Amino acid sequence: MRGVNMFAKPQAKWVGVALIAIALIALPFALAAAGTAWVRIANLAILFVFLSLGLNIVVGFAGLLDLGYIAFYAVGAYAYALLASPHFDLHFPFWVILPIGGLVACLFGVLLGAPTLKLRGDYLAIVTLGFGEIVRIFLNNLSQPVNITNGPQGISRIDPFSFGSFSFSDNENFFGLAFSGPIKYYYILLALLLLAIVVNLRLQHSRIGRAWEAIREDEVAARAMGIDTTRIKLLAFAMGASFGGIAGGMFAAIQGFISPESFVLVESIMVLSMVVLGGMGNVWGVVLGAVLLSFVPELLRYTVEPLQKSLFGRSIIEPEVIRMLLFGLALVLMMLYRPAGLLPSAVRKRELAKPDADNA
Amino acid sequence: MDIFLQQIINGLTLGSVYAIVALGYTMVYGIIQLINFAHGELVMLGAMVAFSVIGALAGTALPPVLIVLAGILAAVPACMLVGYAMERVAYRPLRGAPRLAPLITAIGISIILQHVALLVWSRSPLAFPQIIPLVSFHVGGAIITGVQIAIILTSVLMMGGLTLMVYRTKLGIAMRATSQNPQVAGLMGIDIDRIIAFTFIVGAALAAVAGVMVGTYYGIAHYSMGSLLGMKAFSAAVLGGIGNLAGAMLGGILLGIVEALGAGYIGDLTNNVFGSNYQDVFAFLVLIAVLVFRPSGLLGERVGDRA
Repeated sequence: MRGVNMFAKPQAKWVGVALIAIALIALPFALAAAGTAWVRIANLAILFVFLSLGLNIVVGFAGLLDLGYIAFYAVGAYAYALLASPHFDLHFPFWVILPIGGLVACLFGVLLGAPTLKLRGDYLAIVTLGFGEIVRIFLNNLSQPVNITNGPQGISRIDPFSFGSFSFSDNENFFGLAFSGPIKYYYILLALLLLAIVVNLRLQHSRIGRAWEAIREDEVAARAMGIDTTRIKLLAFAMGASFGGIAGGMFAAIQGFISPESFVLVESIMVLSMVVLGGMGNVWGVVLGAVLLSFVPELLRYTVEPLQKSLFGRSIIEPEVIRMLLFGLALVLMMLYRPAGLLPSAVRKRELAKPDADNA
Repeated sequence: MDIFLQQIINGLTLGSVYAIVALGYTMVYGIIQLINFAHGELVMLGAMVAFSVIGALAGTALPPVLIVLAGILAAVPACMLVGYAMERVAYRPLRGAPRLAPLITAIGISIILQHVALLVWSRSPLAFPQIIPLVSFHVGGAIITGVQIAIILTSVLMMGGLTLMVYRTKLGIAMRATSQNPQVAGLMGIDIDRIIAFTFIVGAALAAVAGVMVGTYYGIAHYSMGSLLGMKAFSAAVLGGIGNLAGAMLGGILLGIVEALGAGYIGDLTNNVFGSNYQDVFAFLVLIAVLVFRPSGLLGERVGDRA
């Protein structure tokens, strides 16, 4: 665990980990005191961390710019919604359809990546951008002749996570503590997230992870070393996509309702900003970036909005606009002044600081 | 009414707008190998600025042509300024950095421009005031409007002007030299930074005019109109062969026609399973098809696969 290296002694390190664990376990109750809305925000933040981890595989590890990442999120969400809602009257359990969502998203990733990954990176960026839009257009229009996606109205009454009669959306009392639906979701999301973090950390230092790094830094040299670059890049793309798909399934279950509106281009950019802010290629950096960019805009929403009202009597700048300006600025300023992110990965830092001699 | 001819005319109109925007992409790409993602936002800014001016002058007794001209004359310098600022702030400091860096700042700039426009002009679209009398002509069963003729003529004039500039002036020689080999061009006494800034400015001016044209054609302009238009124009540039001026023009017009014919006939061809609401998909399909079968585009040279 690199992120806790600041604790020099091993015992101190474990104390640190234990403290963080206790904080994470206690967090939803602290947030619930401030309002259930904050627990929901925390859950969405976890989903964004999940998404950022997935995008980090593509952008951070393999160095491929994907601007339509949210499309995979959408695919996963719709896969879940269609298989667990009254829309087709299918009700599979969540532990069956979450992986299915991941697989379907993975398939889409391969379909999209196969024709474009042979080409230079900039093409991939624009093709993925287009892909994101196309998926949304299809989701919006596939309500006829056969009603698959229910068009702009979206799909509602999606099943929550449940084991038998234990449903994650109900309120319950354990040990004298009130567990609301969002709090229960928080714990299962946290558990899945920890799993994802472990997978990412292991992946980074695996044979594949090192191959991604090699491709990112010099594709020609990587090929000369015997790496099948197209296949390895496709693998990064597919893996990133399946993370997006699984996150999408979780999103559909928590919200209980999805529509194409949730999967616009801006969301892709948001996830990208999180990855860039935290530090491309560094798992802990990406987690930090996603948490910051999930909570700061919400904090702004609750502070700037009343502040404007009290100062000018009305809201001059919508919180949504502030949020987007923040994302835009994060992208530009980070690239200009701290290209390796808030928590840079050692290799990435060296690479992004080095001027590229043959590129003018 | 002849649907085929009508769709060709509509496609030609939109296609010439795409061509003008695609020229901006292709010039910047040709000179510094960067996809300027924020280029579409310049089109949007051009339309918004022009519409504001046109809206303000609509009540006066000035002739409509002068009003539209005033709109263009306001939009062009505004976009040039933004285009220049963009290059100075977000791209120049990153010259020589890994490719990913300027691509990401470009996305950031695009988001910032969009939301600044939202702050200035609000969410609701600006409408084009009804000042231009509706003139239309019948051509072999199809109708061509005065606005369409004006758009096509303006584009042809601009493409001609640009071609003359690039191939017949000293500045054009400097631009071509820089795009071929910046280091050597620098050794020959060309101020590369100036030439690159100039390229951005010319592209921005073209985008401004394109914004006015597309706004006038559809009758509205709004803060988010840039990104889809930008993506289509980029597809057009790739179709023609990115970095190639004639390619951008050809690609733009072809894409416009493909889109119009596709939207016109997709219903009949698929038994109304797919309708014209899939119009925006065609540009993307064209892009994928070109990348799979002929990545260098129709007129381009071979594209290297340097990532």
